[in-house]
Amino acid sequence: MTELPSRTNRKLGLVIDLDTCVGCHACVISCKGWNTENYGAPLSDQSAYGANPSGTFLNRVHSYEIMPESGGAAQLIHFPKSCLHCEDAPCVTVCPTGASYKRVDDGIVLVNENDCIGCGLCAWACPYGAREMDAAEGVMKKCTLCVDRIYNDNLPEEDRVPACVRTCPAGARHFGDFADPDSNVSRLSAERGGFDLMPEQGTKPVNKYLPPRPKDTMEEVDILAPLLTPIAEEPVGFMAWLDKTLEKI
Amino acid sequence: MHPAPSVIIFTSLSGIGFGLLFFLGLGLPAPKGWVAFVFFAIAYVLAVGGLLASTFHLGHPERFLKAFSQWRSSWLSREAWLSVAALSVMGLYGAGLVFYGVAIAPLGWVGAILSLATVYATSMIYAQLKTVPRWNTPLTTVLFMVLALAGGALLSGNINVAMMLLLAAGVVQIAYWIGGDQALARSGTTLGTATGFAQKGQMRAFEPPHTGTNYLLREFVHVVGRKHAAKLRIISLILMIGTPILMLSLTFSHVIALIAVIAHIAGVFVSRWLFFAQAEHVVGLYYGKR
Repeated sequence: MTELPSRTNRKLGLVIDLDTCVGCHACVISCKGWNTENYGAPLSDQSAYGANPSGTFLNRVHSYEIMPESGGAAQLIHFPKSCLHCEDAPCVTVCPTGASYKRVDDGIVLVNENDCIGCGLCAWACPYGAREMDAAEGVMKKCTLCVDRIYNDNLPEEDRVPACVRTCPAGARHFGDFADPDSNVSRLSAERGGFDLMPEQGTKPVNKYLPPRPKDTMEEVDILAPLLTPIAEEPVGFMAWLDKTLEKI
Repeated sequence: MHPAPSVIIFTSLSGIGFGLLFFLGLGLPAPKGWVAFVFFAIAYVLAVGGLLASTFHLGHPERFLKAFSQWRSSWLSREAWLSVAALSVMGLYGAGLVFYGVAIAPLGWVGAILSLATVYATSMIYAQLKTVPRWNTPLTTVLFMVLALAGGALLSGNINVAMMLLLAAGVVQIAYWIGGDQALARSGTTLGTATGFAQKGQMRAFEPPHTGTNYLLREFVHVVGRKHAAKLRIISLILMIGTPILMLSLTFSHVIALIAVIAHIAGVFVSRWLFFAQAEHVVGLYYGKR
């Protein structure tokens, strides 16, 4: 049923630390790998080795450059983006078939691919570009929060997290329950000022992003400096004559 | 947004078709026998043809029956129900006129309301989307309704009503374009709010996620057609509004009426193409494409 639940028992989601993300795209690859081999239709590629490769991805990493207002060095921020499992998910309510739904138990937004007619309206309704129509299967694909990992008793316990979280070499991705104020993700988000993407769209995303810390300004410390003769600010000798002469011309 | 031919044909033709059914339902005109058959055939070809065209962009059209299940929350599902209801009721009303020469007026009124409600539901599929600020306005509904009614009046031969509705449609269309051009800016959604760095300084998209294109760029970030938008708007107005009004002010003949109808439909196609091609989906902001 594509009506949204009024509340969910848990709110499973991710914290993505933009301060720590190094933009290696490992999360993109592990996501594609896991979700191609497991839950639902595989994530297809079209012309993967041709001139115009294109494919379905549930997670994509953008990079942005920020020039601080106060001057100083530009900051490069790597920005992984996947489904935010919104509390007020507009993608769910527009679905005509009931294929899109938000789970009451854990708040995960999923697509029942057997019911999806591939109309694409849910992708239109998502402001984040989190849903992609698979060109080979004609059904909508989206992040499942690795629902087939997190409850999978056949996996070792440390692997029962989404593939992107498990693989991140920088520890920039965290998985947990936002409904519990004492969970790892709730505390991390509170401590570091976790924020929502496009809050004005009213989607109430569950996933939170942690802001990049301001860059340090390094003081110039050179332990060899006292031992070196200072370089003359003003030229002397021939260079001084040349400088003066050229000024006069 | 990607201006998919299937969706342009669907919204344009079914809009005009249901507009014609609205006037037929009201008994304006209430033809009988073969004349009624021709009127209803035209209306059904347009309305049903449009609806069929809309299934061409589906990934799994064979599952279309499932689309009737979520009428409580989904405008697309409501549209499916309303269109079937309108076509069924008007089918009965039309059968009365064609085979028995009887106009069952209350049936026609119900069919007229359902026909108009179908166009309303179609417009709400677009107007509900906050992600496309240009569409997210009641004016989208007004535009769809007034164009459907104008086309319906034109096809049903209600010349005076058609003149007034065409003029109204022209005014709404111009207002829609003018308002739409500022819609994204007014929505307050920027690359800053999209990433949460609005306060941190000037930013630009440095690297896209992939070197190639993807579904999101193909579907939501259509920028090619905007180059000729101003010219196309004028062409659309001339065909959709100007030509039919001019033709209607001449002495009536079937040739002139045909020119008016063809020009109007062509103009609606151009208008609908612009409706999609110019619509900016906020996801484009992430790609620095706005």
